Amino acid sequence: MNRILIRNGRIVDPANGIDAVGSVAIADGKIVAAGNPPQNFDADTVIDADRQVVCPGFIDLSARLREPGHTQKGTIQSETRAAAAAGVTSLCLPPDTQPVIDTPAVVEYIKDKAEKADYDAVYPIGALTQRLAGTELSALFALKQAGCIAISNGRAAIDNLLILRRAMEYASSHDLLLLYRPNETSLSGKGCAHEGEIASRYGLPGIPEAAETIALAQCLELAELTGCRVHFSQISCKHSVIKLQQARKYGQRVTADVAIHQLHLTENDMVPFDSNYHVNPPFRTAIDRHYLREGLANGTLDAICSHHQPHDIDAKLGAFPETEPGIASLETLLPLTLALVESGIVSLAQAIAALTVKPAKILGLPVGTLTAGQAADLCIFDPDLRWTVEHCNWHSHGTNTPYWQQTLQGRVTHTLRAGKIIFSLKEST
Amino acid sequence: MTRHLQLTDDGKLKHFLTIEGLSRELLTDILDTAESFAGMSEQHVKKVPLLRGKTIVNLFFENSTRTRTTFELAATRLSADVLNINIATSATSKGESLLDTIRNLEAMHVDMFVVRHAISGAAHFIAQNSAPHISVINAGDGQHAHPTQAMLDMFTIRQHKQDFSRLKVAIVGDMLHSRVARSQILALNTLGVAEIRVIAPKTLLPAHVERLGVTPCHDMAAGLADIDVIIMLRLQKERMNSAFLPSESEFFKCYGLSEAKLKLAKPDAIVMHPGPINRGVEIESSVADGPQSVILQQVSNGIAVRMAILSMAMRSAGGAS
Repeated sequence: MNRILIRNGRIVDPANGIDAVGSVAIADGKIVAAGNPPQNFDADTVIDADRQVVCPGFIDLSARLREPGHTQKGTIQSETRAAAAAGVTSLCLPPDTQPVIDTPAVVEYIKDKAEKADYDAVYPIGALTQRLAGTELSALFALKQAGCIAISNGRAAIDNLLILRRAMEYASSHDLLLLYRPNETSLSGKGCAHEGEIASRYGLPGIPEAAETIALAQCLELAELTGCRVHFSQISCKHSVIKLQQARKYGQRVTADVAIHQLHLTENDMVPFDSNYHVNPPFRTAIDRHYLREGLANGTLDAICSHHQPHDIDAKLGAFPETEPGIASLETLLPLTLALVESGIVSLAQAIAALTVKPAKILGLPVGTLTAGQAADLCIFDPDLRWTVEHCNWHSHGTNTPYWQQTLQGRVTHTLRAGKIIFSLKEST
Repeated sequence: MTRHLQLTDDGKLKHFLTIEGLSRELLTDILDTAESFAGMSEQHVKKVPLLRGKTIVNLFFENSTRTRTTFELAATRLSADVLNINIATSATSKGESLLDTIRNLEAMHVDMFVVRHAISGAAHFIAQNSAPHISVINAGDGQHAHPTQAMLDMFTIRQHKQDFSRLKVAIVGDMLHSRVARSQILALNTLGVAEIRVIAPKTLLPAHVERLGVTPCHDMAAGLADIDVIIMLRLQKERMNSAFLPSESEFFKCYGLSEAKLKLAKPDAIVMHPGPINRGVEIESSVADGPQSVILQQVSNGIAVRMAILSMAMRSAGGAS
């Protein structure tokens, strides 16, 4: 019932080609109009978005909420708070929870918890194989019925190509999208850093880029063979981008995303043995970063995701190779994306598209735009606001980020989901 | 930054974790200090009271006889009290974390940790998480660094060759897994040698090894031409099991130092090995025991060099007399 008017903001709605100052009118949880609201629109709440950007709420293709099973690292409650503060209105939860998302019961548990946390748009991604062990198929149809919009191999390996083929064929029979994280474990082994100059210098077991590109190539071939819809998760290197480009050129319809921090940091940025830089896929070379950026700009990489992985302190306390990989990255998603715009790598519209309409299309969800009649999922942010990454500005349970104590520019001021304000900066400080 | 972690504000050595970030002046200082301790072993009274009252803990998470023994001898000759923690029977085997082990030892008011660990970065982690007065000496961490070994190797080279700037050095063998080689390369480059060649099959060389300031060679005969110092690295038997090499005999044929291959280097070239040596695999017995070998001198130099490093680090940390 709540009628909201967001006034005088710079409305950026890439799906509809809008980039202009104006107002957005919301009623009954839906967008009434974006741009020029009806003259006599009587609002209960008015949000002044002067000098701020108003865009669709972000859709995050990969954010780990750590529940069920890893609640020392975070909970659905804490991490959805972080998501709301980050302007994310829908997110995909990878299947490597504990227990793994391989039965409807786990799907229902998650959806129930999400609802209790007042954040309903959590999309659990089903596990391709039982327990993600790579040998037996999960009950994919049951998972789909329970609410999984896609399935994934998580970070786990599939035992052999025959099983991957069958899994893809079966998934395809139920028209399920496969979110595939390419990783040939016989090559990546116990690696914890990119197999390159830095790993060589510091004696760290390396992950060659071939571990990703070979698995990617195999999956591309199997996608061709099986007709399974495939989206590649967290691409990290030059040759993967080139292979994706070639596949598209030959008419293969695959999509891909890149984790936001991969677009910024390289192996050379790693402070020696600082476990905040321990991440998988690892930070690679400046050349890889160049190709990732170019891939984002020319559309080879469709979407940006946070790849959010909050950790407890103990997980990051130890000699580098013994620490757990992952960065708590939801709340730095916006400022880091804006930094790409600032550097001229992508336009603001392209950047926002990569966080909104593109991931929405990949998942087949009716969100990611400000089209009239759609659910009013919005993000309002101040692109000029500088803030320090520290406890008073942080909602995630994990503080494991290389940006800790750094000052970034760009912050979400309001997040709306279905016309309800789920985050307001003024009220949270 | 590693340099800031290792040095006090006025540039003195506090921790000794890696050669990286240390200046040529500091390395030379260590060698000169070692020189002053070198004469002691032959004297009647082998001790000096420099570290009397200080407690040094040998924290060895990986087996070692020779390194641990030389550190113990070095500490004892400096009059320090030495504590040897045998990790296999310690609480660590019961699951105590590295950090808790450190904290518990700190609570017993020790002054210095000499650490050997199987994981790269362990010494850095300990240095970063120890109480401010404690000094950490890296006795080898994973594949990353073995800086005291590199220093005793530099000391040995200086004894025979004096001028680093003209030297051509060949490091032969499994560089990929060698913390010794990584530290040696850093030290040799900081001391300004003319050239470092690393001779090994591709399977045993790290990615982009040339960016570490070396020239990779796969042909030992070509690699040894004109060389002044040959450093042989130890080959672990496990390498044959993981497809790094087909066999020990093929390794010896291609990369082993035989008398014939030794002749390809300069006639006054010295032969070094960090030990323990695998006779007939990396090096022919007659070469290991021959006139150009300085392997045993490396061992005795190890005590003087470690005395230098222990006393220099302790001086800045807790304050030695």
